[in-house]
Amino acid sequence: MNAVLHIARRELGSYLNSWWGWVILALILLFDGLAFNVYAVGFSPKYSADVLESFLEASTVTVMIGGVLLSMPTLARERAAGTLALLQTAPISEAQVIAGKYIGALGFLTLIKSLTLYMPALIEINGKVSWSQIGAGYLGLFALGAAVVAIGTFASAVSRNQVLSAVLGGSVVGVMILSWLVSRNSDPPLKAIFAYMALFDTHFQPFMRGRINTESLVYYASVSFAFLLLATRSLKARRWA
Amino acid sequence: MIEVRNLSRYYGDFCAVEDVSFSIADGEVVGFLGRNGAGKSTTLKVLAGLLMPSSGAVTVDGVDMTEAPTSFRSRIGYLPEDPPLYEDMTVADFLRYMGSLRGMSSEQVETRLGEVMARTQITERADQLISELSHGFRKRVGIAQAIMHRPRLVILDEPISGLDPAQIRGMRQVIRSLAEESTVLISSHNLPEVSQTCDRVIVLKKGRLVAEPSQTADEMAPTIGGLAGGPLVNHLSLTLSGDEAAIASFLKASPLVRGHSLKAGGGLCLAHVLLNEDQPEQLVAALVGAGIGVRRVEDGLAVQLEDVFLDLTEDRS
Repeated sequence: MNAVLHIARRELGSYLNSWWGWVILALILLFDGLAFNVYAVGFSPKYSADVLESFLEASTVTVMIGGVLLSMPTLARERAAGTLALLQTAPISEAQVIAGKYIGALGFLTLIKSLTLYMPALIEINGKVSWSQIGAGYLGLFALGAAVVAIGTFASAVSRNQVLSAVLGGSVVGVMILSWLVSRNSDPPLKAIFAYMALFDTHFQPFMRGRINTESLVYYASVSFAFLLLATRSLKARRWA
Repeated sequence: MIEVRNLSRYYGDFCAVEDVSFSIADGEVVGFLGRNGAGKSTTLKVLAGLLMPSSGAVTVDGVDMTEAPTSFRSRIGYLPEDPPLYEDMTVADFLRYMGSLRGMSSEQVETRLGEVMARTQITERADQLISELSHGFRKRVGIAQAIMHRPRLVILDEPISGLDPAQIRGMRQVIRSLAEESTVLISSHNLPEVSQTCDRVIVLKKGRLVAEPSQTADEMAPTIGGLAGGPLVNHLSLTLSGDEAAIASFLKASPLVRGHSLKAGGGLCLAHVLLNEDQPEQLVAALVGAGIGVRRVEDGLAVQLEDVFLDLTEDRS
């Protein structure tokens, strides 16, 4: 467990010590600020709950894009720099390496998103905000982020460079978002399968409305676990390649 | 004790290492020689735990790398040819991180940090960013990370490549000092360097061992070279000017010379000489006294070991 925390701390430090981490942080805060003012608050009167719902919906964009971009370098950068050899010759398992990288990237994404918490709190100025809706919404964002960062970590584990990693990770996330569209044009039983696979549609919407949906949490946890397992297997397979 | 038994490693259908077996005793410094593509780096990567063997077994103190990979890797320190380092970290922070990844407590890391930096002569660079270090210091930091956890076996892939003569001398001291607490395995193309740094050498050709793993460089030379017998330091390579017959008769008659071979070309003669004693200065003085021009004198240690290497690794067709 100590090794996982050391790797996670190193990963977190690498974001804070690089321009890359600060650029992503700035862009997410900028986009979320614009989305709150222009899309969520808008120019016509709205209920506080609707403002918050719109803000949470827009926030999923930065969670997904940020998740892919933050997880993109986790292993691809180490491979390109040759430093992956340091981790692979250390007396730690592949699962510990992946877990440490994942926690570091997810931790930084969580840190960035926690800096946007003041935006829903601003609704209190002219309205009445439901803190349970904020809590559920941010829990949903965290769960979605956890799944996207896991997908990105897997993409990074199988890619030779960061660009390929971003393309692969973005493609998988894109396909999983669009599977709700496929489900609408499919017949049973594929319809239900595609609908369940959708990263955003049925799984995130309950959180936007302040409901903690256990089934959705299980879905996001399952996606995270599956892609982290694939990343671990991929890393392990390289010793035998 | 490090034991490699019938080690083979394939990349797809290509066999990079085939049925290699050798053992290394505690505290030995062993050189690993071979031309590019001979399978040196692949063998070292397997020994470091970076790659798994296709067949065969590798054990360190009886711990098998496939049965207990984590425990096995805790006994190994590895420096790849191009030292992989985190550029954004300071030297001390990097070594702390590597120590903690190898299961050392923070107290152990702090105690060991000073020792390791002193041994690799990087103490004054402790707070410098790795991205600001010269190639020589980067190599030393690479060695420092490899020995942080007191491994039983330290594997150094081309540790002196790209270093200037002064850095090579410093690195030689560092490598010899590693043998005080670890077994050291070095791969290198610098053959004289290997002969000066290592207790013995292992030679690979096309993935197979081609020299007895128990032989020292001195022992290998007479069995391969044209001049039989004598330690390597008694071998000289001379470029001489003068009449070939006169040079041949002088070398044949000289009491200093135990044997020689002579090649003429371009108005010069290239002589390989085996001396009875380590007295190259006396031979040169005698040659000049006999009116033979001495254009160049080379250390036989370098020349002979190079011959050995080429004899062992070249294809004879």
